[in-house]
Amino acid sequence: MTSLPASTGTKLGLVIDLDTCVGCHACVTACKGWNDQGYGAALSDQNPYGADPSGTFLNRVHSYQVVPDDAPPQIVNFPRSCLHCEDAPCVTVCPTGASYKRAEDGIVLVNEDACIGCGLCAWACPYGARELDMDAGVMKKCTLCVDRIYNETLPEEDREPACVRTCPTGARHFGDLGDPHSAVSQLVAARGGFALMPEQGTKPTNRYLPPRPKDRPDQASLLAPLLDIKATGFAGWLDKVLGKI
Amino acid sequence: MTAPPLDLSPPVSDEIRQTTCYMCACRCGINVHLTSGKVSYIEGNRDHPINKGVLCAKGASGIMQVTAPSRLRAPLRRVGPRGSGAFEEISWDEALKLAVEWLAPLRETAPEKLAFFTGRDQSQSFTGWWAQQFGTPNYAAHGGFCSVNMAAAGIYTLGGAFWEFGAPDWEHSKLFVLFGVAEDHDSNPIKIGIGKLKDRGVRMIGVNPIRTGYNAVADDWIGITPGTDGLLILSLVHCLLEAGKIDLEYLAKFTNAPLLVNSTEGPEQGLFVKNAEVQPFVIDRRTGMPAPWDGKGVEPDLGAVWQGHRTVFQHLAERYLAPEYAPEAVADRCGVTAARIRALAAELADVAFNQAITLDRPWVDFRGDEHASMIGRPVSFHAMRGISAHSNGFQTARALHLLQIVLGAVETPGSWRLKPPYPKPVEAHPTPHFVTVPGKPLSGPHLGYVRAPEQLALRDDGTPARIDKAFSWENPFSAHGLMQMVIPNAHAGDPYRIDTLFLYMANMAWNSSMNTAAVMEMLTDKTADGDYVIPRIIYSDAYASEMVAYADLILPDTTYLERHDCISLLDRPISEPDAAGDAIRWPVVEPDRDVRGFQSVLLDLGARLGLPAMVNADGSAKFRDYADYIVSHQRRPGVGPLIGFRGDGTLEGRGDPNPDQMARYIDNGGFYQAHVPEEASYFKPWNMAYQDWAVATSFFESPQPYLFNLWSEPMRRFQLAAEGHGHVQPPDHLRDRLKLAMDPLPIWYPPFGDAAGADFPVHALTQRPMAMYHSWGSQNAWLRQIHGQNVLFLPTKIWTGQGFVEGDFARVTSPSGVIVVPVAHMAALNEHTVWTWNAIGKRKGAWGLDADAPEAAKGFLLNHLISELLPEQGDGMRWANADPVTGQAAWFDLRVRIERVGPRDQTAPQFAALPDPPRASGGRGQDPAQDLAKNFLKFLGSGRKGQNT
Repeated sequence: MTSLPASTGTKLGLVIDLDTCVGCHACVTACKGWNDQGYGAALSDQNPYGADPSGTFLNRVHSYQVVPDDAPPQIVNFPRSCLHCEDAPCVTVCPTGASYKRAEDGIVLVNEDACIGCGLCAWACPYGARELDMDAGVMKKCTLCVDRIYNETLPEEDREPACVRTCPTGARHFGDLGDPHSAVSQLVAARGGFALMPEQGTKPTNRYLPPRPKDRPDQASLLAPLLDIKATGFAGWLDKVLGKI
Repeated sequence: MTAPPLDLSPPVSDEIRQTTCYMCACRCGINVHLTSGKVSYIEGNRDHPINKGVLCAKGASGIMQVTAPSRLRAPLRRVGPRGSGAFEEISWDEALKLAVEWLAPLRETAPEKLAFFTGRDQSQSFTGWWAQQFGTPNYAAHGGFCSVNMAAAGIYTLGGAFWEFGAPDWEHSKLFVLFGVAEDHDSNPIKIGIGKLKDRGVRMIGVNPIRTGYNAVADDWIGITPGTDGLLILSLVHCLLEAGKIDLEYLAKFTNAPLLVNSTEGPEQGLFVKNAEVQPFVIDRRTGMPAPWDGKGVEPDLGAVWQGHRTVFQHLAERYLAPEYAPEAVADRCGVTAARIRALAAELADVAFNQAITLDRPWVDFRGDEHASMIGRPVSFHAMRGISAHSNGFQTARALHLLQIVLGAVETPGSWRLKPPYPKPVEAHPTPHFVTVPGKPLSGPHLGYVRAPEQLALRDDGTPARIDKAFSWENPFSAHGLMQMVIPNAHAGDPYRIDTLFLYMANMAWNSSMNTAAVMEMLTDKTADGDYVIPRIIYSDAYASEMVAYADLILPDTTYLERHDCISLLDRPISEPDAAGDAIRWPVVEPDRDVRGFQSVLLDLGARLGLPAMVNADGSAKFRDYADYIVSHQRRPGVGPLIGFRGDGTLEGRGDPNPDQMARYIDNGGFYQAHVPEEASYFKPWNMAYQDWAVATSFFESPQPYLFNLWSEPMRRFQLAAEGHGHVQPPDHLRDRLKLAMDPLPIWYPPFGDAAGADFPVHALTQRPMAMYHSWGSQNAWLRQIHGQNVLFLPTKIWTGQGFVEGDFARVTSPSGVIVVPVAHMAALNEHTVWTWNAIGKRKGAWGLDADAPEAAKGFLLNHLISELLPEQGDGMRWANADPVTGQAAWFDLRVRIERVGPRDQTAPQFAALPDPPRASGGRGQDPAQDLAKNFLKFLGSGRKGQNT
């Protein structure tokens, strides 16, 4: 068993806007590209050109269909990665101490040297956010690009996770959710950001912004602009319309 | 346990080289990180005008493209039967000598016997120039099966098109309406733009039978029935006209709405009434008298009637006010309720006129009239293949431009803006050049914009001059050619036989052809003498695509990180509305195979053939390679492929070739931008500050202000010919079709595919996944894990109606073919429509994939259901399955029926596995030595970069 820090003042995490995510998978491969050459073992692929290709990804996008009773069906694109929970069951379940949560910023990491690849943490995580790398035999997970966000060899503007830097629609935001005045906290407050599956009691740091209400044009008020002109016959119409110049 | 020490600042790489992405057609700037000389990481270039640092799923996976085992490794000569895949590797010298041996006699005797067509080529101004030097009329790129309807309708109407040639004013727009879109054109700019709209809480409406991607984030979704977009749009125009919610001042000043349409029966009827100087004119509201259309202070009268001739505006209003365009009349056919259509019209009107915006920017128009500010109609539109890949696509795209124009929503603040070198009036484009003279270059460019029947590419006997029948009566405005007809026509000898088919980067033996199985047979078919019907095929590609097996000579191309390229203002640049932009690629890594950049090979071949512009007076090669051409070629004096750093390095647009230009581009991140002055930023077709800037920056030799063409005089000229006027006359069997299709005002007619009738009640569509580009993505180990196979999505009505369950397959039957494919349920879909991802299905053995890859076993193409010809009509004619105006392949006209067949092991049809051509081995992570090293590291517990240092 591994202990969690009593509390972390800084809670770094992601805010993902489900109203804006078009499901393009840019974050998926940007994450793969960075972390393939970054923290820890490379993200291997098995049978990459064969019948059943599979590989390690720290971030995946799923698409869900929602069928409201009173509106057309919708698709919600849903990126999924580690939520850097305050009460992270993946940490407390780890038998070797490899899985840990950083006291200074709340990031949950795996010390790969201590990881025996037993998979208990993946089993404990209710979000399916951990993947065992089949080549390296160690558990892989989102690091919030810990090797980018403090990286002094990078320009300051690049010190953010690779998925956030690459997101074409700007649906992904990074910051300190422990600071109520941070841009991400304010975004969460303004848009009703929610934690994923709070009933699990894991207290996720990441937040999702819900899709705005859709398919509800206010038809009554909107029709007003069409009601200005009433004319009979083409000549009458022409006179009325051109009289407006 | 205490946290282990971490290295939080590991160096990312040894070096960053900036070049241009080519994982799709978007052309983003990328930072390629190199470690120990190898590509180790790719990210977006923050300074780049297209992507501003972001990158899509394809772009970030480029590292797996340049290491893919599908890469060809050396020139190949066919040694077995065509299609067998039996090749021998040969040297470049042997390959080029063979090509010269085949091509030189053609040039000396019958240059048209070479048909040279390129696929997703980004160097068309160069490849076209090469073909022009060779002297064949048979050149085009792939626009004929892509979106030529969109391009041509835009040019003929607005002097610019959607594609990536225009953009919504993302900063100011207050309503965005998106019609069916191909995600690979302007891919990241549209995503960035949607993000900006979302930030500002701007409403977005998606009009698309399928609610995925951009439509998934749209605030409202209108799940229209395929092929009826034009009807919906004209109904919106009806509502706006009826309510008087149109921008009359804009129509009067900037469009041909006030021009007078000749009403006298005869050869001039429907053309504009002209004055003694053969100029159209307007009636000035101040005097009631004729006045020059471009006269200072003139106030054109939209309601004028002069000597019995009425204005375009009156014709237009009369047509669209007719009850046939009322929402109630079109609702059922569109699959959209009348109330919804009226609500959309009302919303457009509200935003355009009640929420108009004013920018405090004085400007002067082409008449010399001064405007104190810029008034904008903040309604923006974008559209692409969804509306254009129908046989009514040209007129539908024109209808959408009409809607934009009546709202005053083109080139005004908040609306939709053109990107330099557009706007450019149709009259400023060339007309087609096609007359061959053995041993001589063509007299001008192949492709152009026809304005009158006299400009068609016809031989003296009236038959088509081009193998694809572009610019013929069958499709007069085929501005991009008809690549999809080249192989069928060459095989049929209609209009004539060719000798050598030369293709670049076009997978015509698979996903780029309609009627794929038949095309494969055409490529291998032999005459009674035992010769191939298409005698010789040369193909250049970087990868082991399905087409490779069908070529006689393979010229292996490099990947995009190993080559020079030029993204040019002469072609398809990377401009944005506020800046002209162009870019380069350069070899950020050297090829590890015996491959060469195709453009350099073409120059070498041209020099060996002695093509005039490619040799010096002494016969030696004029250009060292493509990089040398990019820098030193001049299209006109002082104007070359790149606009930046010309002359002494300080000149923009015009200037002598600068030997340091390539180095300057590399130093600048691989691109250059020439910024539009602020006072020139909107109203560009009419804004003298813009016109002057466009001349200085080399787009024109003199200012070219013009009026938008609501009424298309070029189209009317073709209608007149069909009515029997003029000396260049269409064949009788095409008269009725031309009278319909060449209507000078936008119209809607049912897609030709609807003729399939009640046996085929369902529309079938394809879409491009955002994470794949055509067939390329499947060779990429990361991308194929995202889309490794496709399924046919069925709407609820069909899914429940036939009792489909998970794991089922369906038999899908069209008038020309049958496939059996896996299905899945999707509710967010027009109830008469099924769809799938395109180009995921692969032929066994292709692309360096194992023969049991899911792309081949479970993936599939709809192409097998789509014929390049319409079903036989008993008249002995070969009617193309295409738009009758442009020849655009009507992929989306497809009608099918669906039958549940239960679970199956694999899709049908299946074809024999292609033998593996000689290609690069391995693939990243596939090298046994690397695997071993990885194992050792694990055993030794040795940390990797970023940990425990």
